[in-house]
Amino acid sequence: WVRVSGTEPPAASRGPQHKWLPTAPGVCSLLFVSKDVTYICPFIGPVRGSLSVTNYRLFFRCTDREPVFGLDLPLGVLSRVEKIGAATSRGDVSYGLACKDMRNLRFVHKEPEDSLKKSVFEVLMKFAFPVSNNMSLFAFEYKQVFPENGWKVYDPLAEYKRQGLPNESWRISKVNDHYELCDSYPAALVVPVTITDEELRRVSSFRAKGRIPVLSWIHPESQAAVVRASQPMVGQNGRRCKEDEKLLQAIMDANAQSHKMFIFDARPSVNAAANKMKGGGYESEDAYQNAELVFLDIHNIHVMRESLRKLKEVVYPNIEDSHWLSNLESTHWLEHIKLILAGALRIADKVESGKTSVVVHCSDGWDRTPQLTSLALIMLDSHYRTIRGFQILLEKEWLSFGHRFQQRVGHGDKNHTDADRSPIFLQFIDCVWQMTRQFPAAFEFNEYFLITILDHLYSCLFGTFLCNSEQQRLKEEVPKHTVSLWSFVNSQLEEFVNPLYVGYPSHVLFPTVGIRHLQLWVTYYIRWNPRMRPQEPVHQRYKELLAKRAELQKRVEELQREAANRTASSSSERAGSPTRSITPVQTFV
Amino acid sequence: MLSLGSGGAKSTKPSFVSYVTPEEIKSEKDPPKQEKHPDLLPGEVEFCSANPILKYTQDDLSQRGVFGTLFCTNFRVTFISDEKPQEKTDKTFKNKLYGENDIPLMCVDHIYGVYDEKRKLITGGLVKNKYPSKMIIHCKDLRVFQFSLTFSKEEDAKKIFQGIAHHCLEEKSLKCVFAFSYMGTPSPGTDLSFCRGFHCKNKPKLSIVLTVNSTFTLTSIFFFSFFFRMINAVAHNHLYSVKTEDLSESLPNIQDIQQSYNKFKQFFLIENSTDFWLSDVKWFSSLESSGWLDIIRQCLQKAVEVVECLEKDNTNVLITEEEGTDLCCVISSLAQIMLDPYYRTLMGFQSLVQKEWVAGCHAFLDRCNHLHQKDKEYHSPVFLLFLECVWQLVHQHSPAFQFSETYLTVLSDSVHVPVFSTFLFNSSHHRESVMKAESPLAQSGPLSCPTVWDWSVQFDSKAQNFFFNPLYLEKVKHDRAVRKPHKPKHQRNLSLPSTAFKTPPKKGFFKDETDSLKKMLRVKRLSRWRGSPDAPAATTREFFESWQHRPLDYHGLLLPCLDGPAVHIWMQRYLRWIPEVYILGGGSVAVMTKLMELLSQVQDLKRVLEQRDSSQAAKLDHRPYFQHRLLSFDSSGRLSSSFPFAYTCYRSFKPIIPTGLMQSLMVTDSLASQEDEASSVVSFV
Repeated sequence: WVRVSGTEPPAASRGPQHKWLPTAPGVCSLLFVSKDVTYICPFIGPVRGSLSVTNYRLFFRCTDREPVFGLDLPLGVLSRVEKIGAATSRGDVSYGLACKDMRNLRFVHKEPEDSLKKSVFEVLMKFAFPVSNNMSLFAFEYKQVFPENGWKVYDPLAEYKRQGLPNESWRISKVNDHYELCDSYPAALVVPVTITDEELRRVSSFRAKGRIPVLSWIHPESQAAVVRASQPMVGQNGRRCKEDEKLLQAIMDANAQSHKMFIFDARPSVNAAANKMKGGGYESEDAYQNAELVFLDIHNIHVMRESLRKLKEVVYPNIEDSHWLSNLESTHWLEHIKLILAGALRIADKVESGKTSVVVHCSDGWDRTPQLTSLALIMLDSHYRTIRGFQILLEKEWLSFGHRFQQRVGHGDKNHTDADRSPIFLQFIDCVWQMTRQFPAAFEFNEYFLITILDHLYSCLFGTFLCNSEQQRLKEEVPKHTVSLWSFVNSQLEEFVNPLYVGYPSHVLFPTVGIRHLQLWVTYYIRWNPRMRPQEPVHQRYKELLAKRAELQKRVEELQREAANRTASSSSERAGSPTRSITPVQTFV
Repeated sequence: MLSLGSGGAKSTKPSFVSYVTPEEIKSEKDPPKQEKHPDLLPGEVEFCSANPILKYTQDDLSQRGVFGTLFCTNFRVTFISDEKPQEKTDKTFKNKLYGENDIPLMCVDHIYGVYDEKRKLITGGLVKNKYPSKMIIHCKDLRVFQFSLTFSKEEDAKKIFQGIAHHCLEEKSLKCVFAFSYMGTPSPGTDLSFCRGFHCKNKPKLSIVLTVNSTFTLTSIFFFSFFFRMINAVAHNHLYSVKTEDLSESLPNIQDIQQSYNKFKQFFLIENSTDFWLSDVKWFSSLESSGWLDIIRQCLQKAVEVVECLEKDNTNVLITEEEGTDLCCVISSLAQIMLDPYYRTLMGFQSLVQKEWVAGCHAFLDRCNHLHQKDKEYHSPVFLLFLECVWQLVHQHSPAFQFSETYLTVLSDSVHVPVFSTFLFNSSHHRESVMKAESPLAQSGPLSCPTVWDWSVQFDSKAQNFFFNPLYLEKVKHDRAVRKPHKPKHQRNLSLPSTAFKTPPKKGFFKDETDSLKKMLRVKRLSRWRGSPDAPAATTREFFESWQHRPLDYHGLLLPCLDGPAVHIWMQRYLRWIPEVYILGGGSVAVMTKLMELLSQVQDLKRVLEQRDSSQAAKLDHRPYFQHRLLSFDSSGRLSSSFPFAYTCYRSFKPIIPTGLMQSLMVTDSLASQEDEASSVVSFV
């Protein structure tokens, strides 16, 4: 298998495929090769070269251009494959590939003369969408062995133990051991000790999809808790559930510091009220005394999908420089980011400054809720700002609590217009990125780590983001048959480390959510535009800084050793006061 | 705009609740009646004062404030709090000339008065009898001060208001500028000696002009002959390779620049939190409508075009505009920064400003409107525009610059400090004639005045460390030999014809000359210059891309990326006084501290070593000494992103929760009301 240097895109070509695929022979079968294909590059115009497709990826290498130019993308990233126009008189067919990672590709090539040979179009339709063709995703065939097993990163009991749970107020319930209480929740749930499993069952019938209020995180000092749930099934008649009321009271009582609690409903109040028509709704202040309900005005998955679609239109392929800012504003993308961050900030503020427990929910509690809780947790707990802590956070708040990755991303599914698709997780990673920009020394991971996570959200190379819930992943035996993304990541951690990291322990981060301090994540959304590429890819610069730091530290140590030696040898001779000497130090930077 | 405490605030806006009324505060704070006076600078004279005046604390939602005395001197408006200064926060970055409660008179941009809840712009020669209950001062460095005048005696309040209005807004003569009073005490470092110091390194022909400053007739003649020499050379020897570039045709004029900046700066003159969050909503389109970032882009674009001619096409460029002292300065200095790494060092940059702007006769006095002239035609923040462009370069290619953005911010502030002569005149000739006339002792030669480059006037050496960029990649020394033969060709070509051409008394003469020369050149120009005027962007884009493909050399040619998303706002300058955007414990200071910490460790150890080595210690090294341990490492976690400008130590460590989010995002289409779960129906359990 050929490796191409100087290929586009930098991030994808640096992924594990180059490093690991060639060493796993047999897995990667070559399905299509054509030596004469034209790639219509929106930036540099048509490029001729050869195209190959395997069951994992598409690979294009130009043959007529210097510097060497190439494309290398996992088929999982394709959301749509379509023919553009009919075959021309010269027998050329043109087809377009819409990708989930903010780009569209267009190829033109001759129809194969051998009619028995499959056209690239057929090959792509089959292998880019294995789920629609009753085939398994590539992750199930990828057998690379890594030194570390990423499936072991998250152990719910260990994580709860780190938080000091169970304790006198909270217990770990086994009521959902077989996913009978709620099939989209994890097996281990943390609930107040005063609530029995039987009561939990009754609560589950009152909460949408059975997603009862359970603890996500507890403040080590104030014992204020972050609790997540789905909406109560209040309906138009204002139904009540005394077990649910008791549960929320118990959550409040578990925190002796405050006699109040906040319920954060992520939705705009209009939408929350509209949900009453469909049996849902929100907690009434009559039924839940001492609880204050706050709406966070975050819009639903459809609005977010539309916003990202507009953003793609604005950034790809060409940017209209003179109207860039108003175009960006018209997508509302950053405003959505602002609202999500502002919501998480309010949650974190109530927990940290107000010492109050909070309950967070949206409609089903698997989209906006994990966005808010995980961001609030990152603000509150420095552990989640480390590489492994962040992995645990994703495993816990997103994967175990059933964010519907399969549905939202549409792995291997050709139905690209599916209204269940939505960039909720991307939006969350974007919010994290915004925080890393504001606090450049507070996160152990770098930007490349976040981009890698997003690239493999779509690649279907690893099993991590497959399926919709913990239960489904166990049923499909995903951990047994696939490799975890964290196996790959943790086997080469140095790639992902932020050299400037200072682990301020017990330091709460309150980001600024004003839109003046939010910026578009250019190195992700506009990374395909060659002009917007940073002079040196960010991670490379990071590495350079790391090396510089190591060099400096080594120097410091050397000097220290030298100094120690000198002290040993000369202290006897020169004990008098030394003259001050002055040295410039800029040379070292 | 104004809504602080106004009872008539519209119901949709969250209105402010004043937890403590000013009256309450007053009754508490009545007894201490101590006469306080500002520490006056040499030559500073107090005009008037009033007490008690309430200064509203800006970072507070309520109408709380501090009582104190407001003074107006011939240098500044200053407020001195009655309260005992709280535990002195150790300010590592303190300006020695003016503090956080001082507004140099030149720095005042606008004064607003609040009369019966209505805000009015105060213009000179205003209302003799009525004084406002509240006075709002917008500064050119974007600070906003709000003073309540209702607590002091009527005549005091009237006097201070009229005094401030008079001294800040009325047209005045140049000799009233504080610098001339301050000059009484001559300082060792004068402008000219500084110039000489800078220029000996480069030796462009211009430096002769700078140093031979005794007779300006000579200078003009020199220029004149030099210009013809150059034209001759161009016309006969290098006829095929010159391009004239008339900036007045392709770039916005100074009035456009002024208008755009006036709109732009409004977004940062924030008086209260409600205003802030309201302006946050349509932030990007507001920014765009001001056009300021677009002007920055156009200037950088033009500079890249010039660089392209010089670098790629080996064409000489003659840039012209009507007077040759505004955009010509911007473009030629930018091109030189892109081409020559020397100008990316602190000293190099200062010599560039001195050469292209100060000696290049940029009309600072008119453009900055130091004298508050009514005639708006001549005002324009051209120099600021240049600094903005430089900031974009610094932002994109940080390791290439020895100076930091803090340096640029301070420099942009220093333009409005009436102590330095550097930015006080319209030309060197102007300076000379004024200095001669103002000199009290004619026989002792012209007055000397501190130059802005003598940073020790404003900052102690510790604070000056913030001017240096810890990320700067210094050129390895042994490369110097290799560099020598490379004579930057732009030095000669770029700067001469465009700048320093017009001396005020001979306006017509020189203008005619330039015009005819331009014509001559146009006729003789050959078309090796292939850039068609229609698509300059496309060709520079190609030039940029080919440059981008080459390995990056921070000491070589440096080009900015000019695509929309790459042009940013100069956050430090514009957001430093707005508490709503302070990132507590974040911002670049966190990174800088870490780098500086490492550097200081190395330095400390090196010093320890050298101390041990007595033979070395004898010959002390006179190179500048940068101390990198500026902050204790632990404290960096509690500093805010506004560091080193605004200090937030006294602020509680609380997040800033936005208000008015409801209005911010009204998604009207049907998607918003759609059910989350599109395919499945919510179960009615």
